[in-house]
Amino acid sequence: MPVTTPPSTAAAKIFNYPRNAWYAAAWDHEVTGKQPLARTIAGVPLALWRTTEGRPVALADACWHRLAPLSMGRILGDELQCPYHGLRYNAAGRCTGMPAQETINPSAVVPSFPVVERYRYVWVWVGDPDLADPTTVPDMHQMDHPDWAGDGETIHAECNYQLILDNLMDLTHEEFVHSSSIGQEELSEAEFDVTHKGDTVTVARWMRDIDAPPFWLKNMRDKFPGFSGKVDRWQIITFEAPGTICIDVGVAKAGTGAPEGDRSQGVNGYVMNTITPESDRTAHYFWAFMRNYRLDSQTITTQLRQAVHGVFGEDEEMLRAQQRAIDSNPEHEFYSLNIDAGGMWVRQILDRMLAAEGRGSSAPAAGQVA
Amino acid sequence: MAVQTQTRWQRARVVEVSDVADGVRRIVLAPEHPEHAAPGTHVDVRIGSGTGTGDGVSRVRSYSVVRSEDGGQRLTLSVRLSPTSSGGSAAMHRLRTGDELTVTGPLQNFPLAVGASRYVLVAGGIGVTALVAMASALRRRGADYELRLVGRSRAVMAYVDELVGEHGDRVRLHVDDEGTPLAVDDLVAAIARAPSAAGTELYMCGPIGLMNAVSRSWAEHALPTTNLRFETFGSSGRYPAQEFLVRLPELGREVTVAPGASILDALDAAGVETLSDCRKGECGLCLAKVLNSTGTVDHRDVFLSEAQKERSDMLCLCVSRAVAADDGSDTPAVLSLRLT
Repeated sequence: MPVTTPPSTAAAKIFNYPRNAWYAAAWDHEVTGKQPLARTIAGVPLALWRTTEGRPVALADACWHRLAPLSMGRILGDELQCPYHGLRYNAAGRCTGMPAQETINPSAVVPSFPVVERYRYVWVWVGDPDLADPTTVPDMHQMDHPDWAGDGETIHAECNYQLILDNLMDLTHEEFVHSSSIGQEELSEAEFDVTHKGDTVTVARWMRDIDAPPFWLKNMRDKFPGFSGKVDRWQIITFEAPGTICIDVGVAKAGTGAPEGDRSQGVNGYVMNTITPESDRTAHYFWAFMRNYRLDSQTITTQLRQAVHGVFGEDEEMLRAQQRAIDSNPEHEFYSLNIDAGGMWVRQILDRMLAAEGRGSSAPAAGQVA
Repeated sequence: MAVQTQTRWQRARVVEVSDVADGVRRIVLAPEHPEHAAPGTHVDVRIGSGTGTGDGVSRVRSYSVVRSEDGGQRLTLSVRLSPTSSGGSAAMHRLRTGDELTVTGPLQNFPLAVGASRYVLVAGGIGVTALVAMASALRRRGADYELRLVGRSRAVMAYVDELVGEHGDRVRLHVDDEGTPLAVDDLVAAIARAPSAAGTELYMCGPIGLMNAVSRSWAEHALPTTNLRFETFGSSGRYPAQEFLVRLPELGREVTVAPGASILDALDAAGVETLSDCRKGECGLCLAKVLNSTGTVDHRDVFLSEAQKERSDMLCLCVSRAVAADDGSDTPAVLSLRLT
């Protein structure tokens, strides 16, 4: 535990992460009853597995005895067995078997963290379990709603999680980072609206009567074969604390009423992102692209996943380089632009959550012991 | 639930002392590095030679955190003065406001789980100290819980009024000298009969006799073993502590164990090398072979099974003792042991 808390600043370069929050720890299919999964969530190493009833479990990934990683162990029915000396634990983390003795030490328990399975993800709460309310899992309902189809991937991002939130809250960068797919100069020319309420922030941007960039032209032609002409394009970004950003994106034939609410002459997607800090300088970035047209086409699902994979690969590279530059320039501070309003509201909300935990927003500098 | 076992020693100042029952002293500490103490945690206190153990040996005693306030800036402990104190409780009772002592941060071996459908807390005597914070947490959560307070007489039972005030009907008092003892089997049978049986967790802390009775009944009613949670500081047995002799034939040594000391303490003081870890009868590291005994071995550990205690060919040096045969003579029991 830090003895002193650095002064809180909204533009902290290495942003702390709240602990009292639901974080997506894994895709549902990654957590099985066959083999435990090792994953560190918000600084806490976990062994994730399922009971015979299919209930996901998150145990601290260190045996009570000599701290061997339980994630290397075996799942025996409703118990996880330590790979080293065979101690067994149930889903509550309680030891149910010890080698070479007739009783079980009453202290033998490993932490078992609250878990919820929702929207194709397994969510974990590593903070105070008394505060874990399953109704507060961020809304990502498009992930498994019958009106939507799509798929995604996980990026192991080598940067502080907040840099990814910054990236997604301001899509002006598309013009420069993603010029070959979704970028266009109208992005930095169009005005945007920022609103915030409670633990959510919304950034909305409309670009009217523009050419569709290659990614969107392809999507329009999937729905309207042979389409050509101008489009109205939208990006409506919604952040929900601590790390979920769902972006309502799409284009419609120009002048057919999309900005007023009639999207029937367009294509609509949702870029689903949920960012889970792993350490101060790494994050699990879960994303998916969901669409509400041609739901039965696995080809389109695959093409969209591959296209977004390419786009996000460009972000990943930029974020890694940015983190390196931050670490290489410890004397330099962040400055803000007008385009950062969305990201800065996000920081303010996270700052409030951290303050409620008695912590500041700045993580300890590299090499400093937390 | 976080299980903390890392021992970080620090200074703490006594900011308040008061008596909360006959022989029970409440001590409020302000630690140098405050850290919130979750329900079920304890702190270890170093009772040094300067604090009056009498034999110059520094010892460690564990005391449950009754209450943690302001993020752990105020930690309340409560200590019962043991008539056969090995120096621990006597030294704690000598503390005055402003004194300093060496303590660990909160250590967790007795975490309160989330999500059980029902919780039953059973506190015997000073064991209540481990359960006060748990009961508060359950009340705040809106959990279904009840608290059984068991004691010899009301005068020696700490925190009764406070707990009744906080928890009302959820508290049931069982006082021996008022003729309302706890009928362990009725309690456990009722748990086993209820629809929530498999989801009921029982947390207990108290004399070994009470805890053994609950454990036996729990097993007889085939309730899930892992739902029975307990903490023991290994300080109680079936018999009052008395002086006895330990013989170590292989080392040619004989050591007297005073009523206020453990075999381990006596061997340490005599310079006999031993091995131990938990020092409260849980881990089994200090296990020794019993070669012969002129009296009865009072097993005070939870490491050996009932069957092993019955055979009595092994004992835990840290907590278990010998009592003389009841033959009218004053001759202390003699226990011959082989150490590992």
